[in-house]
Amino acid sequence: MPKLIKNGQLVDDNAQVLILDETQAPEELSLPEGPVFVPFAVWQAHKGQLSGRPGLGVWLDSHEDVAELAEDLGEISGVALNFPKFTDGRSYSAAALLRTRYGFKGEIRAIGDVLRDQFFFMQRCGFDTIQPKAGKYSDAQLEAALASLQDFSTPYQAAVDQPAPLFRRAQRAA
Amino acid sequence: MYRYDSYDQKIVDERVAQFRDQTRRYLAGELTDDEFRPLRLQNGLYIQRHAPMLRVAVPYGLLSTRQVRKLAHIARSYDKGYTHITTRQNFQFNWPSLEAVPEILAELASVEMHAIQTSGACIRNITSDPFAGVAGDEYIDPRPWCEVLRQWSTFHPEFAFLPRKFKIAVNGARQDRAVIQCHDIGLELKRNEAGEIGFRVLVGGGMGRTPIIGEEISDFVPWQHIITYNEAILRVYNRHGRRDNLYKARIKILVKALGIAEFKRQVEAEWAFTRGGPSTLTEAEVTRVGAHFTTPAYASLPSEDAGYAQQRAANAAFAAWTKRNVLAHKVPGYAIVVVSLKDPKRAPGDVTDSQLERVADLADAYSFGEIRATHEQNLVLADVKQSDLFAVWEQLRSANLATPTFGLLTDIICCPGGDFCSLANAKSIPIANAIQARFEDLDYLYDIGDIELNISGCMNSCGHHHVGHIGILGVDKNGEEWYQVSLGGSQGNQTSIGKVIGRSFAAHEMPDVISKIITVYQAERQEGERFIETVRRTGLDPFKLGVYGEAAVKERKQNA
Ligand code: SF4
Repeated sequence: MPKLIKNGQLVDDNAQVLILDETQAPEELSLPEGPVFVPFAVWQAHKGQLSGRPGLGVWLDSHEDVAELAEDLGEISGVALNFPKFTDGRSYSAAALLRTRYGFKGEIRAIGDVLRDQFFFMQRCGFDTIQPKAGKYSDAQLEAALASLQDFSTPYQAAVDQPAPLFRRAQRAA
Repeated sequence: MYRYDSYDQKIVDERVAQFRDQTRRYLAGELTDDEFRPLRLQNGLYIQRHAPMLRVAVPYGLLSTRQVRKLAHIARSYDKGYTHITTRQNFQFNWPSLEAVPEILAELASVEMHAIQTSGACIRNITSDPFAGVAGDEYIDPRPWCEVLRQWSTFHPEFAFLPRKFKIAVNGARQDRAVIQCHDIGLELKRNEAGEIGFRVLVGGGMGRTPIIGEEISDFVPWQHIITYNEAILRVYNRHGRRDNLYKARIKILVKALGIAEFKRQVEAEWAFTRGGPSTLTEAEVTRVGAHFTTPAYASLPSEDAGYAQQRAANAAFAAWTKRNVLAHKVPGYAIVVVSLKDPKRAPGDVTDSQLERVADLADAYSFGEIRATHEQNLVLADVKQSDLFAVWEQLRSANLATPTFGLLTDIICCPGGDFCSLANAKSIPIANAIQARFEDLDYLYDIGDIELNISGCMNSCGHHHVGHIGILGVDKNGEEWYQVSLGGSQGNQTSIGKVIGRSFAAHEMPDVISKIITVYQAERQEGERFIETVRRTGLDPFKLGVYGEAAVKERKQNA
């Protein structure tokens, strides 16, 4: 079973991220058994049936607006946010909005071009689950990559993982 | 100046460890070039024409002598004995080896320095007024605010992969000396009618391919809210800035596309959620940071030192230097000294290891141990007694650091250009040196008076050519290096973007072209009129005529 990082630990994961190819209309899909993340378009087309299904998540691409999912967050257990390229930073804002603006408590998973040197930023923005592309890292490499979550022990600014900035957290001597 | 506490030190130390590991993994083949590129860039490391280039952050241009000596040491030990000051007040090393960079970063960390976010699509080093704290026209010292913003922006997790680079500048004086109108965010410190401190916020300014002057998004953001307000701007930009086209990815394009009113609406809608939240600044934090920027122990002195007046009368070279490179200080008996890095025999902004050490010695002896770097690529000793100026001048002069041309035609702002930079269309340093050689007569330079000539080797505009009174831009024509000339640009309160005068020129024509432009100015100027004022009054036509001749101008008009 593929491994990923959840809450700072290496865990097995069997959730599937469903990807539509161009020929498939979102209406025509049949869902696999077990936990699955469906594309936002599929969710929109089948909201009625899918709502409340156990282990159901929705994934958004970086150009899709989390605000459009805000009303539905109570019906799903997770949101996966795609990084088409690791240099596309929109999903950091999307994760932060999900946590702070929309109060989402479920899983937020980073998918796509997910690399260890960005784990630290992802975690700070509210991602609890980090899933590098299949085959990108060996289990041993992923294990070693956990260290990157601890790159900086005491960041300056507030973020999702630490809602108070350093100047409110610590008594700093002048 | 700001001194690190254990938190600040830990962050830079952890950065060194992180980058050491990233470099190790890159050299071991675990990180691809594409994966490593943004990581090294966010540490100021470029791969250039000849070697890597390392850009070291000098937050808002302020340096201690200990730091300057460390930079000299790095130049000597890891480079070819010199370094270069950029238009963002940073230092660049042109010849370090990639393998040595983690070691250099460790050396920097030992003197509270780093290369964090000096490049890459993130919030860059924050720039400010090089005369902060000593200028007579200052309302509010910008340095504590710059430091507060530096800390906020350092490794901001949400804004490490923006559509494009993001530059913030802060000014707190009547005269803008930080080019705030040409920044992604320009902040002007001010007081409202109740006397409370806040910021006028400009957004969407920038140079580059599409030069745009920033627009006002708020005329007053109270100081407590400056972090949340900046975050709201950054969030709107991070989410909606264009990512499909590198040339359209700066915030200025988003602001133009939406219009300032709609952009402001989106920012304020975002801000409504975070305003007053935990990132709201506290009095205690501002006081803590502000306490680092103390007023030095100035002596009480007469406003005119008698000896200084005699020395000027007795020594024409000294007098000439004081006329240009010594500026008024807000404290009686003190002066601001501009240490010129515009020796015509060197690239503008270059400084050697031993010159740096000389400046550090002078700062320790005469200027409270502090040095500033300017975006005009000079150094500054901000607190020199008038009675010490002669000694300082002699020492600077013997180190070739007293070229008495501050603010004159040969005080050229110039990017590294094709000699170093792999993005360049054309070389810029030889053009600067050729113009400096043409205009070496000091009396002539003084007669021409205040003028700003800026050179960039390509559209990225690191040499600020758009806001030069005379701007020179390197362009590529079928693989050859050509130069486009613009006139009428200006930085400061009356920021304007220069206009191109016509067809471009070959390198060897450039000194003549500048001579012709100056000749037109001298013929056209009215009593007491500076170059830029003449250009504004007359427009470009007389200059086009002077440069291209009547026939060419006529032909152009007909074809237009
Ligand atoms: S303006 Fe162009 S050539 Fe000059 S330093 Fe910048 S990128 Fe390089």
